Amino acid sequence: MSGGRGADGAGEALRIEDLRKSFGDLEVLGGVSLSVRRGEVVVVIGASGSGKSTMLRCVNFMEIPTSGKIFLGGALVGRERGGGIEYREKELTRLRARVGMVFQHFNLFPHMTVLQNVMEGPKTVLGCDGEECRRRGNLYLDRVGLAWKAESYPSQLSGGQQQRVAIARALAMEPEIMLFDEATSALDPELVGEVLETMKALAEDGMTMIIVTHELGFAYTVADRVLFLSGGRVLEEGTPSEVLTFPREEGTRNFLRGHGTFRLPEPRLD
Amino acid sequence: MGYEWDFAVVFRDFDLLLLGLVNTLKVTGLALLFGVPLGLALSLARLYGNFAARLFVGLVIEFLRTTPPIAQLFWFFFALPILIGVEIDPFRASVLTFSLQSSAFFAEVFRAGIQSVEAGQWEASRAIGMDRNETLRRVILPQGVKRMIPAFLERAIELMKTTTLVSAISYADLLYQANSVAQSTYRTIEVFSVAAGMYFVVIFACSLGVRRLERRMARSGETVMN
Ligand SMILES: Nc1ncnc2c1ncn2[C@@H]1O[C@H](COP(=O)(O)OP(=O)(O)OP(=O)(O)O)[C@@H](O)[C@H]1O
Ligand SMILES: [Mg+2]
Repeated sequence: MSGGRGADGAGEALRIEDLRKSFGDLEVLGGVSLSVRRGEVVVVIGASGSGKSTMLRCVNFMEIPTSGKIFLGGALVGRERGGGIEYREKELTRLRARVGMVFQHFNLFPHMTVLQNVMEGPKTVLGCDGEECRRRGNLYLDRVGLAWKAESYPSQLSGGQQQRVAIARALAMEPEIMLFDEATSALDPELVGEVLETMKALAEDGMTMIIVTHELGFAYTVADRVLFLSGGRVLEEGTPSEVLTFPREEGTRNFLRGHGTFRLPEPRLD
Repeated sequence: MGYEWDFAVVFRDFDLLLLGLVNTLKVTGLALLFGVPLGLALSLARLYGNFAARLFVGLVIEFLRTTPPIAQLFWFFFALPILIGVEIDPFRASVLTFSLQSSAFFAEVFRAGIQSVEAGQWEASRAIGMDRNETLRRVILPQGVKRMIPAFLERAIELMKTTTLVSAISYADLLYQANSVAQSTYRTIEVFSVAAGMYFVVIFACSLGVRRLERRMARSGETVMN
């Protein structure tokens, strides 16, 4: 499934222990635990409102967990204090630079060129000098096949191209792990393929990824592991074929029935 | 028998009117120079300060916006010198008043501009590790400022018009000069007509300039697709 990739279990990229998150009275995550090896691709599926986005947003601390622990590269994020964890915004800001995130709405910076978008993180956050920034920017634009669009503005690109720029922007920070939250959901069907291809190429290069998606065909071919989230808990977890073709849980079956047969990514005719 | 127009008299004293215009521009320009950055600082304090700062700045802004500008001018010209025991000349009092007064309005312009930028821009910036100041400086303000230009211009023009009040404390702005030329020449209608024309030319030229700038900026790929 994950043919030829360097997922050799050499170390743990991320560990989540009993992650809980509530918004007021509403408990959205009710104790999620997960360990992701370096180079592993984990796909998270689940119905709308099951907490997929919230889980990703907790991993890069766009949301502060209500309780539970998150370890990045083996180290606990935050400090233990009085039974809970204390976070400092400064630390979290630094930490977010180590976790890449791609959103459903690409959220490119409209006042910057494509290259400037990709260079922005390295320049402002990592403080690299002009030449080094450009080199990095072009390198990662090339990775998503858009070096030729460097001087365009986001509004001059198709949705698929914009999303690939957003991926390059995240990659340019050289993150330890990449999170994708329904990266293709806002795209016209004919543009989905190019973004999935880009993500697949990343996976094959050994990038550690957590992907929330409704593209089950893509999940089947790219995932090392599939998680089915229901009501803020992991209801079922296993290899793609275990979860997607031979689901054990009734909840998973219901969800998959709703999806019909999966669509495979666009065929490659080369 | 109609009124006999005579502009010759006015143009003999045109240098006095020009001097007045320069003074008007001086007060307006300095008030912009101080008022805009101060307005930005106030808007940031009002948006992101702690509770006490937000409350305090909010009150200051509302106070400056709701009290009559002439009352503020008189306060800084007549009252403040007594309080601090230092004379303040009409020019300084004018600049002080209009810097503060316009900062309150610019604060609201900045606030609206900052808030008009979609939440997704904040999210994307945070996700690549930028903190709040970096996000404001690199992402939010550059976009917000573009959208603020019309409101900003409107306030600047309003400011220039309001500075006519300085003639009440004998600062020799265009209106004050027009008044004294009118009194010495007895050509009230001509003098004030010419003065009005001068205000018009300056303000109209400014708004044309800004409109062109806006068009040029609009072309540099501003429209957002998603
Ligand atoms: N900031 C917030 N404040 C209050 N409630 C929130 C907030 N964010 C998410 N929620 C709620 O948490 C629940 C889970 O949301 P989440 O976005 O994680 O679901 P999801 O699985 O990503 O759904 P979808 O497939 O629709 O994106 C929803 O009921 C949502 O309304
Ligand atoms: Mg979601």
